[in-house]
Amino acid sequence: MKKLFSMIIGLFVICGLLAFGAHRLQASTGSNGSKVLNLYTWGDYIDPSLLTKFQKRTGYHVNVETFDSNEAMFTKIKQGGTSYDLTVPSDYMIEKMKEAKLLLPLDKAKLTGMKNYDPRFLNLDFDRDNKYSVPYFWGTLGIIYNDKFVKPGSIQHWNDLWEKQYKNKIMLIDSARDVMGFSLASMGKSMNTTDPATLLAAENKLNRLAPNVKAVVADEIKMYMSQNEAAVAVDWSGEASEMLDNNSHLHYVVPSEGSNLWFDNLVIPKTAKHFKAIYAFLNFMSDPKNAAQNAEYIGYATPNMKAKALLPKAIRNDRQFYPDNKTIEHLQIYKNLSPEKVGLYNDRYLEFKMHH
Amino acid sequence: MQRKQRLSRNTAYFVPYSLWILLFVIAPVLLLIYQSFFNIDGQFTFGNYQTYFSSSTYLMMTVNSVWYAFLITLATLLISYPTAYLLNETKHPQLWLLLIIMPTWINLLLKAYAFIGIFSQAGIANQFLSFIGIGPKQLLFTNFSFVFVAAYIQIPFMVLPIYNSISELKPSYVNASRDLGATNWQTFSRVIFPLTMPGVKAGIQAVFIPSLSLFMLTRLIGGNKVITLGTAIEEHFLTTMNWGMGSTIGVVLIVAMIIIMWLTGGSGKRHARKGLTK
Repeated sequence: MKKLFSMIIGLFVICGLLAFGAHRLQASTGSNGSKVLNLYTWGDYIDPSLLTKFQKRTGYHVNVETFDSNEAMFTKIKQGGTSYDLTVPSDYMIEKMKEAKLLLPLDKAKLTGMKNYDPRFLNLDFDRDNKYSVPYFWGTLGIIYNDKFVKPGSIQHWNDLWEKQYKNKIMLIDSARDVMGFSLASMGKSMNTTDPATLLAAENKLNRLAPNVKAVVADEIKMYMSQNEAAVAVDWSGEASEMLDNNSHLHYVVPSEGSNLWFDNLVIPKTAKHFKAIYAFLNFMSDPKNAAQNAEYIGYATPNMKAKALLPKAIRNDRQFYPDNKTIEHLQIYKNLSPEKVGLYNDRYLEFKMHH
Repeated sequence: MQRKQRLSRNTAYFVPYSLWILLFVIAPVLLLIYQSFFNIDGQFTFGNYQTYFSSSTYLMMTVNSVWYAFLITLATLLISYPTAYLLNETKHPQLWLLLIIMPTWINLLLKAYAFIGIFSQAGIANQFLSFIGIGPKQLLFTNFSFVFVAAYIQIPFMVLPIYNSISELKPSYVNASRDLGATNWQTFSRVIFPLTMPGVKAGIQAVFIPSLSLFMLTRLIGGNKVITLGTAIEEHFLTTMNWGMGSTIGVVLIVAMIIIMWLTGGSGKRHARKGLTK
């Protein structure tokens, strides 16, 4: 009996310790403090020196927590129990969060920097009138190639990937929407199609690409491309910019016939608590100088046109990351699809992966 | 009276364990089974199972998973049995055992990344191949490299149980067999191997079952050229958010594991009884 008793006491002690630990953890994320801002964002998606600058100027301490997929972020915010003040979903996820009533509308009167943004990137389908979101970064989906193995200029379009000379040389990003998407774009179809026959055709076309596909991987593409492991890759512009920084032989192309245009926007989830800090931060980040510094650090394209004007000429005029208007016209933003349709994309994609 | 007290004390000892089992083993499995009967709209359905067993994609994936798990287990067994046997003959088996177990202290991801470095175009393996005149080969993203790395990771879990049953083997049996005129091979195949079978079976269980649902390595080392059920589960839970289908695959895996346990089981009981009479 004594042993049992001590075991029960042990259990209580453990529970107590856990409760204490949870309390400490909560205190450190500052959900209890008042001079804080809880930012929930993608990994390495803000220049840390800006956070210090923000704290110095306004006195708000920014706690950064990170996620690695829109879906993971969505689940966490939906389940509640968190106190995130700002998060950075992509276009289609903003639509989805809006539908799920997880977002709070912006108080436009408190925003001072909206005029700095390029009107092309405001008032878009996923958030009319920018009721809920402030643009943060934008980018594209495209092809990266290494000029050691591929003649510069020989890859301009999606269809070039199907050529026999690239046998076992192409790496694809492991993302159903993007891989199915470029196959659709290569056939001149909408990247948001929900027609089963069209999706099947896209899968069949991908199956013909299979001999050229060396691997379907995720973040590792950056490492592989930098180390000359593969000649060609399909990935997002932000990832590409990091690769290009590490290896001068790499180039990035956005096929002019069409590709994905994506946005990551700042939104206020319904879990938000520190509204003064939120608006201070939104205004701080739309300040051209800060946005330019952030864009230079992250390497993605800024939607803040005044900030873009402040960027070094080499970045500002880089057609790879700031494509011309004609290409932009052909780019498509992903729409939020119903779960069944997302399932359709994933089933087709899974079959392609099985096939290759 | 005294006996009654002891009985209640014994049941009391059982409480924390059964609570643990109930909360962290039985409840999750029941939840998984429950979840597998709902479609994406949250309606009750048997559709997930219908989809699973009528879709050639999932069936192919199942065959693939079992096939690769089999290859990994076979490779591990072929390496581990001689290792465990020789280990028993060495002077300091505990030290060697420690060295074999050591890699399990390192995170799986780190090991996978290390292999990416070794197998890459400019990696050590290819440098060696160039040096001996074969020339660089594509090593990453091949079925070979996937099985190789998976086997490397699983080896300690196979060596341990086999070593234990070999060290339990009484040398007098081996001596007796030799005295009675058996050749080395006969001694091994008729005496040593059957007597160490429980260890082999335990090793197979410890390796085959986790290998069925490996998914991190399929991407990192296999470049998604090897697709197992683990890949599908990850996709259903993270991208499609079709938890019902993901759970269904999970249930199928659990059933597969039960079958493996049942096939390799039985000897476990004998093993336990032997332990009791000792």
